[in-house]
Amino acid sequence: MAEISRGDVAHLAKLARIEMTPDELDHMASELDSILGAVKAVSKVATSDIAPTSHPLEMTNIFRPDVVKPSLTNEQALSGAPAKDEERFKVPQILGEE
Amino acid sequence: MTLDYAGAVAKYEPTLGLEVHVELNTKSKMFCSCATEFGAEPNTQTCPVCLGLPGALPVVNAKAIESTILIGLALNCSIAPYSRFARKNYFYPDMPKNFQTSQYDEPICINGYLDVEIETDEGPRVFRVDIERVHMEEDTGKSLHVGGSTGRIHGAEYSLLDYNRAGIPLVEIVTRIVPGTGKYAPQVARAYVTELRDILRSLGVSDVKMEQGSLRCDANVSLAPIGSGELGTRSETKNVNSLRSVERAVSGEIERQANRLENGERIIQETRHFLEESGQTRPGRSKEQAEDYRYFPEPDLVPVTPDAKWIEELRTRIPEKPSVRRKRLQVEWNCPDKEMESLVNAELLDVVEATIKLGAEPTRARTWWLGEISRLANEKEVTPTSLITAEQVAQVIALIVSGDLTDKLARQVVEGVVAGEGSPADVIEKRGLKVVSDDSALMSAIEAAIAASPDTAERVRSGNIPAAGALIGAVMKATGGAADAAKVRELLLKHLGQG
Amino acid sequence: MTDIFSTASEMASAVAKKEISSVELTKAHLDRIKETDGKVHSFLFVDESGALEQAKAVDAKIAKGESLSPLAGVPLALKDILAQEGIPTTAGSKILEGWRPPYDATVVTKLKEAGVVILGKTNMDEFAMGSSTENSAYGTTQNPWDLTRTPGGSSGGSAAAVAAFQAPIAIGTDTGGSIRQPAALTGIVGVKPTYGGVSRYGVIAYSSSLDQVGPFARTVLDTALLHEAIAGHDERDSTSINAPVPQVVAAAKRGDVKGMKIGVIKELSGAGFQAGVLARFNESLDLLVSQGAEIVEVSCPNFEYALAAYYLIAPSEASSNLARFDSMRYGLRVGDDGKRGAEEVMSITRDAGFGKEVKRRIILGTYALSSGYYDAYYGSAQKVRTLVKQDFEAAFSKADVLVSPVTPTTAFKIGEKSNDPVAMYLSDIATIPVNMAGIGGMSLPVGLADEDGLPVGLQILAPVMQDDRFYRVGGTLEAALLSKWGKPILANAPKLGAK
Repeated sequence: MAEISRGDVAHLAKLARIEMTPDELDHMASELDSILGAVKAVSKVATSDIAPTSHPLEMTNIFRPDVVKPSLTNEQALSGAPAKDEERFKVPQILGEE
Repeated sequence: MTLDYAGAVAKYEPTLGLEVHVELNTKSKMFCSCATEFGAEPNTQTCPVCLGLPGALPVVNAKAIESTILIGLALNCSIAPYSRFARKNYFYPDMPKNFQTSQYDEPICINGYLDVEIETDEGPRVFRVDIERVHMEEDTGKSLHVGGSTGRIHGAEYSLLDYNRAGIPLVEIVTRIVPGTGKYAPQVARAYVTELRDILRSLGVSDVKMEQGSLRCDANVSLAPIGSGELGTRSETKNVNSLRSVERAVSGEIERQANRLENGERIIQETRHFLEESGQTRPGRSKEQAEDYRYFPEPDLVPVTPDAKWIEELRTRIPEKPSVRRKRLQVEWNCPDKEMESLVNAELLDVVEATIKLGAEPTRARTWWLGEISRLANEKEVTPTSLITAEQVAQVIALIVSGDLTDKLARQVVEGVVAGEGSPADVIEKRGLKVVSDDSALMSAIEAAIAASPDTAERVRSGNIPAAGALIGAVMKATGGAADAAKVRELLLKHLGQG
Repeated sequence: MTDIFSTASEMASAVAKKEISSVELTKAHLDRIKETDGKVHSFLFVDESGALEQAKAVDAKIAKGESLSPLAGVPLALKDILAQEGIPTTAGSKILEGWRPPYDATVVTKLKEAGVVILGKTNMDEFAMGSSTENSAYGTTQNPWDLTRTPGGSSGGSAAAVAAFQAPIAIGTDTGGSIRQPAALTGIVGVKPTYGGVSRYGVIAYSSSLDQVGPFARTVLDTALLHEAIAGHDERDSTSINAPVPQVVAAAKRGDVKGMKIGVIKELSGAGFQAGVLARFNESLDLLVSQGAEIVEVSCPNFEYALAAYYLIAPSEASSNLARFDSMRYGLRVGDDGKRGAEEVMSITRDAGFGKEVKRRIILGTYALSSGYYDAYYGSAQKVRTLVKQDFEAAFSKADVLVSPVTPTTAFKIGEKSNDPVAMYLSDIATIPVNMAGIGGMSLPVGLADEDGLPVGLQILAPVMQDDRFYRVGGTLEAALLSKWGKPILANAPKLGAK
């Protein structure tokens, strides 16, 4: 039984905003399938009595004071923009309500 | 048949849920040191961090943590000894990283409540709104949609993005569902947001201006047939920009949903937009297929573990709850409900309290602020407190009480201060406003008045005391209101053999 | 005479003594690059004018008699994953083609302040995802030892640059072995410092909780000098350690391992390892014993799950870190014909801009974090991390350092593993557990394999923040090996240029 189907990959590609051709989807599905087969083992050894580690170090409470420091200039901020207009980043129309 | 609101709540039981986002008033952003000032030129308050440039990393603003804990404490929450930031992953151009650094299953404050009082048919009633969580997150950039017919999203040709707002600290306050409000759901919602706003203002953590977006409310409403014990499908209404809109949005949604249910249509779980003009809501993004946010702990940040000592120190900074304070002051000042309401609505409570603390008598203080000063403020279309200070008002009242000013003179003094002529003392001196109580000065005015109206004077001599009024009036006029009226009366009557 | 074949330490000394100017030294390296990079392809961008400018500035300081940092005037190659202001920074990807950051990574700032001359940006597997540099969108890098083989990855360009004498020192990053493995395959020294030891601010993120910046060089001392130049707390990186940098230069010079316990990791010293690799590995153990160290065997039974856990954690974090590449604010934009919406342009761009391996890991990571799968995949992997940490802690209670071969094989042929991702992933089997636990490690060249004459690397590991231990062992072993061979290992490498 396949771990991951082409339909699954299509859904994930949508979530990840990567457009893929049907060929790419098929190929990806079979590659991921073998990878997932290989990594499945982790769920067996990861029993409920083990706490997860998010961080290699056990640091807490790293903060900075509420002090303002210089920002980038408008030119610097927009320097990499594929398109700009009136000091703002120009992007294609955003469809769908926010 | 269409149901109106009364009809709707006669058949259906509303359940309410409220999510409020508060923009904190920290000087710098949540995860970087860019300024948070409102109204700056676009993209001049950004840096690699809040622009989401490759390689940038977040660092938490300590003041934001402090403000969030204060909010949690004021809302009777427990402060989590261990909490973490999490990434909420979704794509939207106003989000530079295409994930929001927020909190998920380990928020900083949990399990609080806020009691709100509303007027019902049976008199005042308190509703307890349980608060599920208070957590920290960051705001998004602002988009301008250009082209298309209305300049709004539909039909826009392109969008322009300004990231100055991206990364400003936001606190999200989420209630548990509020059952049992019945037909009072809209009022409860409004009262909750109002009280919350007042508390946040008293904490000094935000300027809580709904019109400016520093306080945002999303209202969740669902309906179920009365007595069914079920929970209906809820809708979420956004873009609710004022307290009045909160109330209207909730009642509007109740009506809309009731009518759909009556027609046998199901309620779609969706986000709706509140429309100010009509009081209606219109559909937004469908929430049928809830976006999978793939939350996981933020690996670029470490856990927050506030120690008990710090929390207790912050707890001492929580001021008296605004509603409690209002009740206390009302009793202390012996102030009628209507007047108290006027004071609160005009946002004069603080300045009146300050004036009274400086020694002014409560009724006089209220009367001056609500009366003359508010009148002048309305004329000039500014706030009363921008015209004159509590100290100055207290001084004027003190001078009235000591007899150095009459009410009429006092009004001129206030006018002078408002016009920028200086302090009350300066105005008095410059304009030469002094109560004339010097007997000889008064006597000459009195004699002049008697000489001008001999018949009236004769009537007083013969025992017609009320007739003296005309003569007193003449003296007051002659002295430009600077005479001490009571003294004038005393001297006049004596002079005419009646005192 | 100082030339490109000298060590960085020798170069720095010569420059300081004005035996050679930094400009001359820099020119010599730029010439070497021109002469050899057509074959090796280490560099994606050579900053000739910037490098000469920096060199000139150092020479000027020396002329004034100013005191300088230990590596002042020495040229360096920088992995193209670090942001360098105004210089093309691509992370080996088409999606960032031509992007010039408006800021410097902290490591870059430190290098500039130390007077190090940055020659240019080196090739790498796209977004650090790979073990051969074949995943670069700009063509692979060739191993200077055999141009038909890969130099390893993802920091293949930096390793090759040092091995080809194009630079005496280089910077790489290591997330699952990306410094140690290329160092082993190219016969040079490479170190992954303790996680948090070097700032990640300005390092384009692959897997935030595993990524670490580290030094490459041809000797242990040079590596230590570079390590000290870049390490230290950075307030812009919340995960950076606030403690003094371990004294690695002193440790590198120490030259003695008497009484040290060397722990051999049972699970990483037998099956699946090339015979020639094991031969050199075992010989170096003997050599250490002859120097007064003691060998103990340790077992890390959970290491067998580390690879799988890594290939869940890293892609998960990466899927989130790479979401920002959406064509809106910087980088590639494809398909914007004025009619398509933002989402579509985003998706088309990401398909065009990301290579196969990157797409594979993003999809895998999205899956591992998705609702319903989190516990089984990402959640479980984080638990395996705990087990790996515990294994190391137990092992370090028995030994001062732990050792293993760095890689199962010597450098493999270009194209040999690129069609089988799982086979490629296995090259990191010995290096991955180190990143999972956050400890540091060194790859030291210990000889050539008999079967193919290609370099073999020994991995030396130390507990958190005890990096000096592996410098101590590495420095001592290096000296012993040099004694044994009579010449440095790179003297055996084929000549790439006139020299």
